[in-house]
Amino acid sequence: MTGAEFGLALSVFLACAVEAVEALTIVLAVGLARSWRSAFTGVGAAIVLLAVVTAALGPALTALPINALRVVVGGLLLVFGLQWLRKAILRASGLKARHDESEIFARERAAASGAGAVPAGLDAYSFTIAFKGVFLEGLEVIFIVLTFGANQHRVGLAAAAAGVAVALVVLIGLAVHAPLARAPENAMKFSVGVMLTSFGTFWGAEGAGAHWPGGDAALLAIVPLTLLVALAMVAVLRQRPDPDLAGPVLEEEAARV
Amino acid sequence: MSRVRALLHFVWEFVVGDDWRIALGVVGALVVTALAADSRLTAWWILPVATVGVLALSVWRAARVAR
Repeated sequence: MTGAEFGLALSVFLACAVEAVEALTIVLAVGLARSWRSAFTGVGAAIVLLAVVTAALGPALTALPINALRVVVGGLLLVFGLQWLRKAILRASGLKARHDESEIFARERAAASGAGAVPAGLDAYSFTIAFKGVFLEGLEVIFIVLTFGANQHRVGLAAAAAGVAVALVVLIGLAVHAPLARAPENAMKFSVGVMLTSFGTFWGAEGAGAHWPGGDAALLAIVPLTLLVALAMVAVLRQRPDPDLAGPVLEEEAARV
Repeated sequence: MSRVRALLHFVWEFVVGDDWRIALGVVGALVVTALAADSRLTAWWILPVATVGVLALSVWRAARVAR
């Protein structure tokens, strides 16, 4: 496996694990509070629709000429990656509340419990919430798998990395029967932001006609430099913490330690 | 019509996200890179520099709003 392929597999694995953790929280909340059968029906329906989207988008994407593919995919990955990285930097510097699966689980479960009586047949609430949760998180997984995979002609590797991540999260979720609140989700999101931004920069520039010094080896410089820039931004923002936000965030961090 | 609008809104939210300036900056940087490469100029540095600039501006703006 080359360095670029390892980067691809790692990026897809981390991104898909994060999305799977978020989807699991939603499904667990409605399943435990209302109806497992309806929640699983919603999950199944979302998976079918995601398969349809993949079947439609996959061949269309891989049919593009390589430079057009790289500029489109690079641009999309860069926009996507910068949004992830921006949020991760704001979370790490205390300017945005950290993603907390326990809190989201409690909120979703309370909303599900307060959504009226559970009918004998299919529970529309459980179905809809589980369907939306899995479909929206799954769409991001598909986007990442297809863009990374198509660009390096390794859709199989990307799909395998995604499959392992989702299977791992589902298995752990089934075993513990609770949201995976101890997963280092914020650090994972930070890493994914760095990787998506780095690969997006590399492919976007190549697709636009630029030639990187060192070819593929340039990624070995782009990834750590992107990480350093992001960490530097966190350090600068942390020097001037907001009095209203820094308190709870620092207390939360202290509690985790 | 409202379904089309809802779909477009969803696609916009999915792709562009919270800060449309990031998408605009990326598209602009890709165009400049393509123009520079087409003119046989060294173009590989444009996108990384623009990426750092766009990210810094977006983070700075969000931090200012949060504070």
